[in-house]
Amino acid sequence: MTCIETIQAYALRSIGIGERLLPRDDFTLCQHFTLIGSGLIWNVYFGVLALLFGFFLANALALAKAAHSPWLRKPAEWFIFLFRGSPLFIQFFLAYEMLVLLPKAGIEVLGITVATSWTTKAWAGALFVLFLNTAAYSAEIFHGALKSVPKGDVEAADAYGITGWTRFRRILWPTMLRLGWPAYTNEAIFLFHATTLVFFSGFPAFQQRGDALYYANYFADKTFNPFIPYPIVGFYFICLTLLLIWVFGRVNRHLNRHLPSNMRGRIRLRPQLIR
Amino acid sequence: MFEYCVDPSQLSGLAWLSCYLTTGTHFNFYWSFVTVLMLLAVTAPVALAFGFGGAMAARSHLTPLSLIGKGYIAAVRGVPDIVYFLFFVIALDQGVEWAKHLFVCDDLSQPVWNGSEFKVCAAAKVPLATSSAIWHSAYAFALAVFTFALVFGAFAANVLYGAMQAVPRAQLETAEAYGMTQRQVFRRILVPQMWVYALPGLSNLWLILIKATPLLFLLGIQDIVYWARELGSAKTSGNNPYPHGDWRVFYFLGLLVFYLAFTRVSEIFLSRLTRRLSHGQATLGGEQLRKAGA
Repeated sequence: MTCIETIQAYALRSIGIGERLLPRDDFTLCQHFTLIGSGLIWNVYFGVLALLFGFFLANALALAKAAHSPWLRKPAEWFIFLFRGSPLFIQFFLAYEMLVLLPKAGIEVLGITVATSWTTKAWAGALFVLFLNTAAYSAEIFHGALKSVPKGDVEAADAYGITGWTRFRRILWPTMLRLGWPAYTNEAIFLFHATTLVFFSGFPAFQQRGDALYYANYFADKTFNPFIPYPIVGFYFICLTLLLIWVFGRVNRHLNRHLPSNMRGRIRLRPQLIR
Repeated sequence: MFEYCVDPSQLSGLAWLSCYLTTGTHFNFYWSFVTVLMLLAVTAPVALAFGFGGAMAARSHLTPLSLIGKGYIAAVRGVPDIVYFLFFVIALDQGVEWAKHLFVCDDLSQPVWNGSEFKVCAAAKVPLATSSAIWHSAYAFALAVFTFALVFGAFAANVLYGAMQAVPRAQLETAEAYGMTQRQVFRRILVPQMWVYALPGLSNLWLILIKATPLLFLLGIQDIVYWARELGSAKTSGNNPYPHGDWRVFYFLGLLVFYLAFTRVSEIFLSRLTRRLSHGQATLGGEQLRKAGA
């Protein structure tokens, strides 16, 4: 099989399009690259959707954690502690076992039967766990950023008579995003890395449709040679990380566009080491 | 365990539960918690040592050494850690056996990597096929510790590198002005002062390390995840004295509570440590402590 044929057969294998049987012997480098790259579709799917949905929940949670009312603050604090304090691996297992316990026939709600079997599939169940997990981590970041909004900004808004929702939308929220963005970029990178855990943690890969690491593990098990598939996964993820840094860097530039250029340069992508 | 546990089918309620939770397999489960704690206790100092080495290499004036240090930090940060866990377990295993193969085997004509096979002579197997089971698990554990230390060492190196850079330049220059050599400045000024800057990052790393321990399961070690799955899965009444349905969800709930409690205790302990280390430091935290004391 030439490389072009391999790409045609396996490029979309992870979503069920193309050749049904995975290669069994005479593994070529091309097959490695194609199948592992095909698995990357799932990593991108989980990462992008979890980040997208998680962003909104994270904002809500960050505000709830900063609220005065304990009825809002306590649940948000507990939610964040629950997801940040326990391993994602255990969360995946627990969520899967819980979803399996749902009645197979579906749940009757107001005379309509709601199907439950789809929730145990990786595309839904794992996405849900990742969504809650990243929301908790991002909420902590945004909460910290909200606390460090400069006092002067808020006082200036008060002086101009900007209050309530307008003050939040035009002053607090953009500043919070701006301050939290470098840390949020790190969180996004680690979320993409975390998507590789999905198919190793209870969620079965339906018809051998797995993510990048699933296929790399398949190759390593078959060839007993870890020196080719795992570096390929590494290569793909480094590319993905660089792409993420570029996209988030563009957003960062947009968020900081009103600052003088010498101030802008100070916000760099580096983990928070110093208080 | 207890005397009344002889015939579990006659028991019910708490008595049954007390017998059920003290079976031999359950003690294996409890023992696996000790394995996890042991892994943490061994890995943390080793990873810190790796990190120290990496940070020193990255700071070095020799370009190749500094490139190695920086490359080590960058490579691990860019790739998911689970890839390293899966990779190093096989790669280290094969590397050790291959090295031993070169020394102890008589017949070196056959290639070691042949198609889809990895073959060394019987004498080069690590541990030997004849050695007891305890050596096999000890070897697997050592590989796991080394893998964890290698991955978390890179993260620690990143933190320590940042901390070394964060020590005020004036402190080092003053030391140089007093006539200290580079080595003395490093030992007496830089290292004692960098910890307060490194602590937030290191405590973060410790929490991440705790949360990475379930990955032991992927390294083929019979850890808490393994036993939770084993014990929780449905047992039929045929050969098992304690038949029950699918209880995995309860076991995983137990693990969740264990990790939450462990994280909470660590957080409290680390915040105390931060307070102690901030005493007398030229940082915001140290200044606050000084004002509170005055």
